Amino acid sequence: MKILVPVKRVVDYNVKVRVKTDQSDVDLNNVKMALNPFCEIAVEEAVRLKEAGIATEVIVVSIGSILVQEQIRTALALGADRGIHINTEQKLDSIHVARLLSKIIEAEQPTLTILGKQSIDADNNQTAQMLAAITHYSQGTFASKVTIEADKVLVIREIDAGLQTIALTLPAIISADLRLNEPRYASLPNIMKAKRKSIEMLEASSLDVDLAPTFELLSVSAPVQRKGGVKLSSVAELVDKLKNEAKVI
Amino acid sequence: MSILVIAEYNAEMDLTSLRKSVKAAQLIGSNIDILLAGNDTSAFATAASHISGIHQVVVVEDSILSQPLAENHTLVIAKFSADYEHFIFAATSWGKNVAPRVAGTLNVAQFSDVIDIESADVFVRPIYAGNVIAKVKACCAKKVLTIRGTAFSEAELGDSAAEIKKVSLSDTNYSFDAGLSHFISEELSKSERPSITAASIIISGGRGMQNGANFSILERVADKLGAAIGASRAAVDAGFVSNDMQIGQTGKVVAPNLYIAVGISGAIQHLAGMKDSKIIVAINKDEEAPIFQIADYGLVGDLFDIMPELEAAL
Repeated sequence: MKILVPVKRVVDYNVKVRVKTDQSDVDLNNVKMALNPFCEIAVEEAVRLKEAGIATEVIVVSIGSILVQEQIRTALALGADRGIHINTEQKLDSIHVARLLSKIIEAEQPTLTILGKQSIDADNNQTAQMLAAITHYSQGTFASKVTIEADKVLVIREIDAGLQTIALTLPAIISADLRLNEPRYASLPNIMKAKRKSIEMLEASSLDVDLAPTFELLSVSAPVQRKGGVKLSSVAELVDKLKNEAKVI
Repeated sequence: MSILVIAEYNAEMDLTSLRKSVKAAQLIGSNIDILLAGNDTSAFATAASHISGIHQVVVVEDSILSQPLAENHTLVIAKFSADYEHFIFAATSWGKNVAPRVAGTLNVAQFSDVIDIESADVFVRPIYAGNVIAKVKACCAKKVLTIRGTAFSEAELGDSAAEIKKVSLSDTNYSFDAGLSHFISEELSKSERPSITAASIIISGGRGMQNGANFSILERVADKLGAAIGASRAAVDAGFVSNDMQIGQTGKVVAPNLYIAVGISGAIQHLAGMKDSKIIVAINKDEEAPIFQIADYGLVGDLFDIMPELEAAL
């Protein structure tokens, strides 16, 4: 069984991004970048399925400039076997990414595709579902447990009111939620080994996909900041403020 | 310009998120239909028909649609897609699962967690954990949106009812079973307390709670206030509590009247889910914790001393 894991290069989760002074976009100059945390969970799940003898190959794919090869290497160091880099300088929306990934699925025919449920930059939470729609595959989003059973995959999903279990026909698309697993750290020998693994480079323009912009970014702005309030000295004072000043209890 | 608001059937007849979606739709135009797909939905349809400002409730019933599967529900919505330009979902776990599959099927973009609508094609939404607000102009002819519930009030309920139009497709060989997925079971968190997305008071615990058992300290205060219990991602990550309690960028977004953050440092990812609360109280032993920068009232101290004291004072 082949597993495909699409991953995204994003601003590191510790970075507080700032808006450019002309409000045209966010300022990403000299900002630390990283593998999107949910993508890391997706990689980990695929690698565990390989270690369990269920998967035979884990392929990582990322889309963007040459810089995304850094994140592909990170995934290779975590245990993926080979990488695919779809090269483009263009800013892409989830639907573009899903269209491009569908071409990779067409070529590689993975039984399972595991993605992170959402990237922490655009916060879209869309790509897995769109990819499932385009490929006409089943979808198991927000997965907290994935079990392969013969020709099906059982997915326990995180839903608003608790957990939901569904069975998907393979091939399937899965999106990883927080509790699916706890990703490992790459060991130094594995980081060295990853340098020798292959990364195939494809031009996005060669994949025959419509990449016309789907929206125009009119402006970005910082949200209205809450003002800090007061520090109180006692519980009694807090109860009094909540009752008589804020009137919320 | 026709707008389709997609309802999520529930046996509890809770119309809250549907009414908020209708309210958002009213900012786009006035030709609003509700689509309700399910099985045995007539009571819900009747309740939904009383939401003001809608033209009709389109009902599609099929036994397979009683299961909340994205693959099958997308087939229903796609069937009606030619008649509408806008497709509006609530940003619930169901809406987030289905809306992008609909967008993918229509081969268009989707706009997630919209918090304001300026015109039929200009939408405002948070990105980067709510640290940046983006205003975008959609280019596609069809627009698929999910609506963040905390940003919209509920559309009114009126005395008059809109028409309920039952659409039968049984004679057209159109199947709503995509044959891709099967529902097996749901394990719903049982609680006597209000749900965190509906509660007017929420008490949340973070890493400072130290373990899951200590959440009983929060529960005792919550019982006195009629509050819901939430948690930070750190507390979920550490295995203290279940994920359905998670508030933040990748969990639920809430805006209660009163939010009490206990042992929560205030990472930006957590603030993304609660900073629109009316009053925020922070209880933390670290006086430098970032949560104090946005809290209306702060108490610096050991939560294991403060919470029992608070329980006694209420």
